[in-house]
Amino acid sequence: MTRSISTETLEQMYEIMWRIRRFEEAAGAFYQAGRVKGGIHASIGQEAVATGVCFALRPGDLITSTHRGHGHHIAKGADLNRLMAELLGKATGYNRGRGGSMHMAAFDVGSLGAFPVVAAGVPVAVGAALGIKMQEQDRVVVAFFGDGAMAQGTLHESINLAALAQAPVIFVCENNQFAVSTRPENSLAVRDKVQWATSYGIPAWSIDGQSVDAVYDTSAEAVERARAGGGPCFIEAMTYRFEGHYFGEPQVYRTREEVDVERRDRDPIARLHDRLLARGVEPTTLDALNQAASEAVEAAVAFAEAGPEPDPETFADEVYSP
Amino acid sequence: MTAGHMREITYLQAINEALREALAEDPRVFLMGEDIGQHGGAFGVTRGLWDAFGGERVRDTPISENTLAGAALGAALTGMRPVLEIMFLDFSLLALDQIFNEWAKVRYMYGGQCTAPVVLRSPQGGLSWKSAGAHHAQSLEALFVHIPGLKVVFPSTPYDAKGLLKAAIADDNPVIFLEHKAMYGDRGAVPEEPYRVPLGVADVKRAGDDVTVIAAGKMCHFALDAAALLAKEGIAVEVIDPRTLKPLDEETIFASVRKTHRAVLVQEAPRTGGVAAEWGMRIVEACFDWLDAPIVRLAGADVPIPYAHSLEAKVWPRSPDIAEAIRKLVALEI
Repeated sequence: MTRSISTETLEQMYEIMWRIRRFEEAAGAFYQAGRVKGGIHASIGQEAVATGVCFALRPGDLITSTHRGHGHHIAKGADLNRLMAELLGKATGYNRGRGGSMHMAAFDVGSLGAFPVVAAGVPVAVGAALGIKMQEQDRVVVAFFGDGAMAQGTLHESINLAALAQAPVIFVCENNQFAVSTRPENSLAVRDKVQWATSYGIPAWSIDGQSVDAVYDTSAEAVERARAGGGPCFIEAMTYRFEGHYFGEPQVYRTREEVDVERRDRDPIARLHDRLLARGVEPTTLDALNQAASEAVEAAVAFAEAGPEPDPETFADEVYSP
Repeated sequence: MTAGHMREITYLQAINEALREALAEDPRVFLMGEDIGQHGGAFGVTRGLWDAFGGERVRDTPISENTLAGAALGAALTGMRPVLEIMFLDFSLLALDQIFNEWAKVRYMYGGQCTAPVVLRSPQGGLSWKSAGAHHAQSLEALFVHIPGLKVVFPSTPYDAKGLLKAAIADDNPVIFLEHKAMYGDRGAVPEEPYRVPLGVADVKRAGDDVTVIAAGKMCHFALDAAALLAKEGIAVEVIDPRTLKPLDEETIFASVRKTHRAVLVQEAPRTGGVAAEWGMRIVEACFDWLDAPIVRLAGADVPIPYAHSLEAKVWPRSPDIAEAIRKLVALEI
């Protein structure tokens, strides 16, 4: 099922993955400096999943995200400035400072929002797919969730409902090996997620989530299928969370060595770097893409820093729609 | 409207008519819930709608309340206007993550990027229905009233039920539309023409100068029965039905209390932490100087609802209890 992704597309993915990583490194720096008090859940190490999936989508397609959702938003095309401003709780942020890192949303590019209650975004994605189907629109929905969500009843109910309705939704499980501190083998009776998903009568794949090519290929097939009326399907992307559950989390449940090996051998950005070199792309071109991503994030930081705090008098605005 | 266009229908028929009109008027409106299609719903509220509008717009669903609530929100975020039926309000507790954490908050926490035009319709309450017991007869309105971002409606007449449901479906906010299952067969005058009853507006169901009684749902009828009895004793009771429990029409309530100087608050739900406590506190905050007597509260007992009739009969206040409380209050020398 290998599709031939153009070198140009892979280069775009490379820059996006660096944008995600630089964005979250900047978020980590804000946390270290005490500038951001709320919990920040970084997806560093998982960039290929968000990127590969979102590159298979059209601008009008929709996603639901999670507490670990910066990457989903960046890959879906959200404005970096407004994302960073939201992280800092500024009036210029996407949510005007009411959401923060865990509640990012960018309706302008099809993000229906991050749902930090585990699995809570999944039924919303199914409902959005039902709405799309009822309105006979040519759109699909991706529900992102982690391996921890596999233990939630809502997730299973959602797959069942989507399968019954043949709703155009793609369930994307980012298996980063940890539900906070708990490994899947300690929380899921059935290890094989493909077996689990196919028991609902939908196609499922388990893929290398550190390979953006593999993620893109499988996602493109799933999206085509859903868009053509073929109904829902399920993708498990095997990945790894390089940071703790949140910045500052002590990580007593794994060794330094384990993380070092993952960073050394399974870094999705390094892999794509090598792949592009193998395709004959000049190292200077790759450096320039990395540099462009860094500059975009630096500009976003400057934008966010310059933005005003929300006017305290507006704290009760928009609880209700007029 | 003119009297010539009124006819008597039941509370259940009024809700059914509101749904039928909304489905016919707006292609974005659809219904979802367990057994609401061909079966017509556990109580028959959606009877005939599946035949008229088909299974896409009157959708039978699996028994997955939290997922249904999430799916309703998702559909709303794509421009639809879903109306979710949950068979008994007791079962909505399975869906509170979506209702409390998402329906109520998405507009605010996403900084106004979206609206959440979803309606939850569900029957609550006990009383003269059957011995429904602990999981099919609770009155849970206070839970929903507590959450910022939700609106809560609880009609007591067929007229209010139809007009408020039409308004709830047209509202861009999530609305919890509570139906009293013991009132589905109650009859009342309802116009043939479409109309809405605005959310957030109370109704003075009976005017009087001596004492204000505030009661919603079935309790409003018990209050009216008590008021009719007391009229023969020379006590003029004003009965206010808030109709919308959130946002509360404070002005109508305060104006009445400032006129009568006495307030009796009645709720079917357990006493502790209920809407009557909220009404009483607001009256104290705004009308303390007008009060000639302590505020009196009648409420359900703080017990799970028992099955046996002899036990169940002890749980809820009824019109004789309300009448007696009013007599004592009016006779009180301050």
